[in-house]
Amino acid sequence: MYRIRFHGRGGQGMKTASRIIGTALFLAGYEVQDAPRYGAERRGAPIFAYVRADRRSINERGVIDRPDLVAVADDSLVALPAAGVRQGIDSHTVLLLHGRTPGAAWQERLNLAGPVFTLAPAAHVEAGHASAARVVGAVARLLGVVDRDTLIAAIRRELAGLGDSELAANTRDALAAYDELADQHGAVAEGGAVVSRDFLPPRWIELGLDVAALAAPAIHAPATSTAVQTGLWRTVRPVIDHARCNRCWWLCSTFCPESAIAVGGDRVPVIDYDHCKGCLVCVTQCPTHAIDVEPEEEGTPEGGRS
Amino acid sequence: MTRTLLTGNGAAAWGARLARIDYLPAFPITPQTEIIETVAAWLEAGEMAGRLVTMDSEHSMITAAGAAATTGVRVFTATSSQGLLYGMEMLYAIAGWRAPLVLVNVSRGLASPITLEPDHNDVLAARDCGFLQIHCATCQEVLDSVLIAYRLAEHPHVRLPVLVNLDGFYLSFTREPVTIPAQAEVDRFLPPFAAGNIAFRAHAPMSQGVAVLGGAAYSYFRYQMHLAAGKALSVYDEIAHDFAALFGRCHEAVECYRADDADYLFVMMGSFATKAREAVDRLRDQGLAMGLVRPRLIRPFPVDHLREALAGKKGAAVIDQNLSPGRGGILHTELAAAIGCGRNRPMPLLASFIGGLGGRDITPEEFYQMARDLVEAVAAGRSPVPRLLYTDEELRGVRKLQGVAGSTGGERR
Repeated sequence: MYRIRFHGRGGQGMKTASRIIGTALFLAGYEVQDAPRYGAERRGAPIFAYVRADRRSINERGVIDRPDLVAVADDSLVALPAAGVRQGIDSHTVLLLHGRTPGAAWQERLNLAGPVFTLAPAAHVEAGHASAARVVGAVARLLGVVDRDTLIAAIRRELAGLGDSELAANTRDALAAYDELADQHGAVAEGGAVVSRDFLPPRWIELGLDVAALAAPAIHAPATSTAVQTGLWRTVRPVIDHARCNRCWWLCSTFCPESAIAVGGDRVPVIDYDHCKGCLVCVTQCPTHAIDVEPEEEGTPEGGRS
Repeated sequence: MTRTLLTGNGAAAWGARLARIDYLPAFPITPQTEIIETVAAWLEAGEMAGRLVTMDSEHSMITAAGAAATTGVRVFTATSSQGLLYGMEMLYAIAGWRAPLVLVNVSRGLASPITLEPDHNDVLAARDCGFLQIHCATCQEVLDSVLIAYRLAEHPHVRLPVLVNLDGFYLSFTREPVTIPAQAEVDRFLPPFAAGNIAFRAHAPMSQGVAVLGGAAYSYFRYQMHLAAGKALSVYDEIAHDFAALFGRCHEAVECYRADDADYLFVMMGSFATKAREAVDRLRDQGLAMGLVRPRLIRPFPVDHLREALAGKKGAAVIDQNLSPGRGGILHTELAAAIGCGRNRPMPLLASFIGGLGGRDITPEEFYQMARDLVEAVAAGRSPVPRLLYTDEELRGVRKLQGVAGSTGGERR
């Protein structure tokens, strides 16, 4: 069975990518199961999706924890523990990263035994966006069981509602990536089932009774909202040009839905990039247009985004 | 007939479309909303006839569904979790009206704490309201069960609403290959609703808000519901037989997978049962005579079918994706009552496991360990204490969350 996991940020198209690959494998004669997994996050937050494909009907369900292929739309996610990119990766797993850092560097940085392929963003692909089609093409090539016509048909089936020009652009990007990785045709091998002999027993515990003061699901400290760095969800960042800021002292900070802009006694606003989600409400509110928008850089190492 | 990839929600919508529903009162809730969105898009595009009305709550929605059904039209509606419970009063009321309709519930754990992911406490909270319940394990079953549910609900001796359950995320948002039958074939299986004497018309009004005092009339009407639900068992078997003959897919009241020659069984309901199916195959590879028994019908509870499936087995691991605080697994309780009610047939030792609460996954290794524990319990001749599937790593994670949340178990900081 093929077990494929896709990682990306909300809005980068990884759910759609998983569906295109699911449909391509279905058209290629496989039984398929595909699903996105996300909670209450929003655009820019880490999400993942998965595809299983087998020649017989599939009984497995749920999140894939022993992937044969992990495809990542945005390599800045690798450093985020919450994204779970590295979960269950072993020497058998092929890792595909969309970004500029070479595969060998990732292999060394993450101490990976399995193959790592990098898919450089196309010149016209804006940072963090529209990488999905390239990931789709590359995944199809790495699987080696989806031919060009099937890939084209699957893209058409999943994206027909977007109109002809979107369909053509996505097909072109996918096929370009499909061709770029021609040397890696079929690099991914199907994984087996977990055998029931000599299995690793689950480390079950007897869950004991705690006092209600501990066991009631209440939050007594405001620590969660500070501890969770929602700034990692950003794909673009607002940057204040203090020369243009007229020290109104209240507009951007009041309208910020995350309370991530503080104004000090000197009336100078300061953005808390650990928690700014990049929604850009401040940009639209600033009367002197003193807030610029810059793309977050892809591939920055741990902690480099804020 | 088309075979394509559909989510469980998409399959439910196709079931409604193929059943040629007349009316759909709707209110959104995750993870159900995609069902009504899908039907709404078809109605908008003119691809199906019928009327969708958005309501102000699930309470109104279920009231409208029941009221419409008692005018003699075919009604479909869908909800989940908190929504089902918000409409709980009306679930009892419209079942008492003997209003035949189909309600799809997309299972999701109940607050508190709040979650989006599935378990069966929502649907089992509606266990005793008079709705019949069909629980699905695959997306194909969702589509097929909606069609079967209309036949069952509209049967003259049954005439009760039917709830079709699918698990949130694991089915609702998961695409699988689903065969969509041709409309003409469905029409042969499911004729138009023969409403009989519930064809309300303005010139011939009728009342549903009936009050009875003294207990005798009340007892009669409530017990009639019980008898009708009981009758639904044999009616279901006939309908499933017809369905299999027409479509080639078998949806028995109780699925038995490699159970005939099994010594040991997993017993569970819902989509996680396919994981158990996989575990059965892998355990069989190693020579353990394991099988799976999965009740699809929960109301009426198929006692005789289950007794037949369990008779002569050495042990059964009952895996409940629900929890009745102060009692434990609900399926385990029901099954123990079913096999314990007299009659001289050897019945298996039961082991109770609670797993999959709030969408918590169950791993292959956990199925193997449950089988191992079951074999040991049978050898020792003693049922083990009920077990929650829960690891030390999970508890460490919760302890960390409690630390962040400032829960100290003692004085306020």
